Amino acid sequence: MARLDINAVGKSFGPVRCADGLSFAVEPGEIVAVFGPSGSGKTMLLRMIAGMYEPDEGDILVGGQSIVGAPPERRGVGMAFQNFALFPHMTARNNIASGLRARAGNEDVASRVKSISKLLKIEHVLGHMPRELSNGQKQRTALARALIGNPDVLLLDDPLRNVDAKLRYEMRLELPSLLRRSSAAVLYVTQDYREAMAIADRIAVLVGGRLVQLARPEEVYARPASVAVARLFGDPSINLAEVEPQVGQGGLSADVAGTRVRLDSGDRTGAQGPCWLGVRPDDLVVTRNAGDDAIPARVVAITPMHERAVLLLRFADGSEWLAALAPDAPVASADDDVFVRFAPESALLFDRATGLRVGQPDRRQAA
Amino acid sequence: MDHSSLAGRIFRGVALALVLVFFMFPIVWIFLMSFQSNEQILRIPPHILFEPTLTNYQALISGQLRTTAGNLEISFMRNLVNSFVLSSAAVIMALLLGVPAAYAFARFKFRLGESIAFTLLSFRFAPPLLVLLPLSLYYQQLGLSDTYFGIVWVYQLIALPLILWIVRGYFEDISPDIEHAYRLAGHTWREAFTRIAVPLAGPGIAAAGLLSFIFCWNNFVFALILASADKQPVTVGALAFVTASGIQYGQIAAAIVLSVTPTLLLALYAQRYLVEGLSLGAVKG
Repeated sequence: MARLDINAVGKSFGPVRCADGLSFAVEPGEIVAVFGPSGSGKTMLLRMIAGMYEPDEGDILVGGQSIVGAPPERRGVGMAFQNFALFPHMTARNNIASGLRARAGNEDVASRVKSISKLLKIEHVLGHMPRELSNGQKQRTALARALIGNPDVLLLDDPLRNVDAKLRYEMRLELPSLLRRSSAAVLYVTQDYREAMAIADRIAVLVGGRLVQLARPEEVYARPASVAVARLFGDPSINLAEVEPQVGQGGLSADVAGTRVRLDSGDRTGAQGPCWLGVRPDDLVVTRNAGDDAIPARVVAITPMHERAVLLLRFADGSEWLAALAPDAPVASADDDVFVRFAPESALLFDRATGLRVGQPDRRQAA
Repeated sequence: MDHSSLAGRIFRGVALALVLVFFMFPIVWIFLMSFQSNEQILRIPPHILFEPTLTNYQALISGQLRTTAGNLEISFMRNLVNSFVLSSAAVIMALLLGVPAAYAFARFKFRLGESIAFTLLSFRFAPPLLVLLPLSLYYQQLGLSDTYFGIVWVYQLIALPLILWIVRGYFEDISPDIEHAYRLAGHTWREAFTRIAVPLAGPGIAAAGLLSFIFCWNNFVFALILASADKQPVTVGALAFVTASGIQYGQIAAAIVLSVTPTLLLALYAQRYLVEGLSLGAVKG
């Protein structure tokens, strides 16, 4: 039971800054997803904690003790790798037990291997060599190997990257309870925002080696700290338009594709001047009726996506937005002229110069 | 295979046979010669059919060479033992030195690393005769000439670069994450090296060891200059068959058969490793 503290960690490779003043803590039993586009320094952060690289600046502490400079085998850190990194010349059983042999001698190795493999449902393949395992079984073996030593800190480097969709879905459901059993401080690297939202207690969003936002999943989705975070979360991704909101009669409003739209909601002080307006495709309502705040558009194309229909809409000024419609919504067909509306509370405003979100939309209280 | 015409298949068969005959004939001929007396060998035209004799092998094994000019002592069996001792010791030494070095070159970036690795390889470029004169001079000064250790040491010029470069490729093929995983499981780097890296590079190490054994075994010029009669390997020992009364072709042939047999058997036994080993990329996760 030990807390992981990352204090002002920085690391450069030549001109590339892959960690820049990273500071956050992970409590025992907590799962923090490290999310970001590729090259944002997620894996490098894990490797610095694991001791494969040392940070140039800052400190990493486990249970209040600095682990910087300590060899990997003495850090109390377990890790599951994206490419599994199983020992190809050992059976699954010996792969899993390798962590215990060094630490605990031989007395209860067998029983512990048995219980962890039961938990991960790989009891029947313990005698197999890694090359005889499916990718899913390899991943479970790698997870068992990382978990069996009861490490203080557990690092999972995109563990579901290389497994098939069905298994990924299954593991998303299983992993949180499995990880919480171990009471380790868990860092979970992923490039999939859905995975991050499904598994993590909090999400740390990294962009270019910097921590851009650290918050609960619902919070990151509803109130992204910047336009970059908003773009990374959501599929189809958020619709953006350049606007210049003005305070007038009836509150804050802006021109969106030639139509005056009310944006008044919550505390929008400071939301003036050049901004990005962001509206999630799920928040758009498509109707055939004109009205206040309704932007005329033409349906260019319709694609089914998951259980929804995604409409590609073109406005009078040529800009294009996506709308994701619920299955029971009256679906328009291509080349129809329609009107698009969204609730002022669902609109996000970002400063165009800094990319940071301005104002507080008063909806979707973080659960 | 099945889309080729009859003519194509015939042509391929003939071509294969030609190549096979071209390369295999000398070996077959030597093998046949080893069962003939010198007179039978020197008959013109040569005969395919002959009365086989084991006298050549008897002479080699007993060490008594009977020629028209009289009885000659030869130490072929001792040479054979020398070849074994020298080649094995050289390969063991090269493995002990070369495998850790190969690991270092594969895993760590250090100053002049590439230059050092290339310098070691360049030992294989220089003709041995070029270094032999200075080498024999300071071997005499150091008291290394005509010692087993001296010859084993000079054989490192043959074996070490080979092992270093082949095994290095193997280590580079092993994902470093596999070793990282082992260390995170609570093992020191030394354990990661001996229990993960070395076993995974096993086929490569076997192939490199086998190849360097064969190269050491076949070496002629180092032992010729640096060793006296009682420490000479078979390659040099075969010179003894050029006697005052003529060249003993039968014994030479028998000696060749005897000296090739061990490496041939070794290669056949280790064929699996050789093929697996020389076609790199044998390690998959």
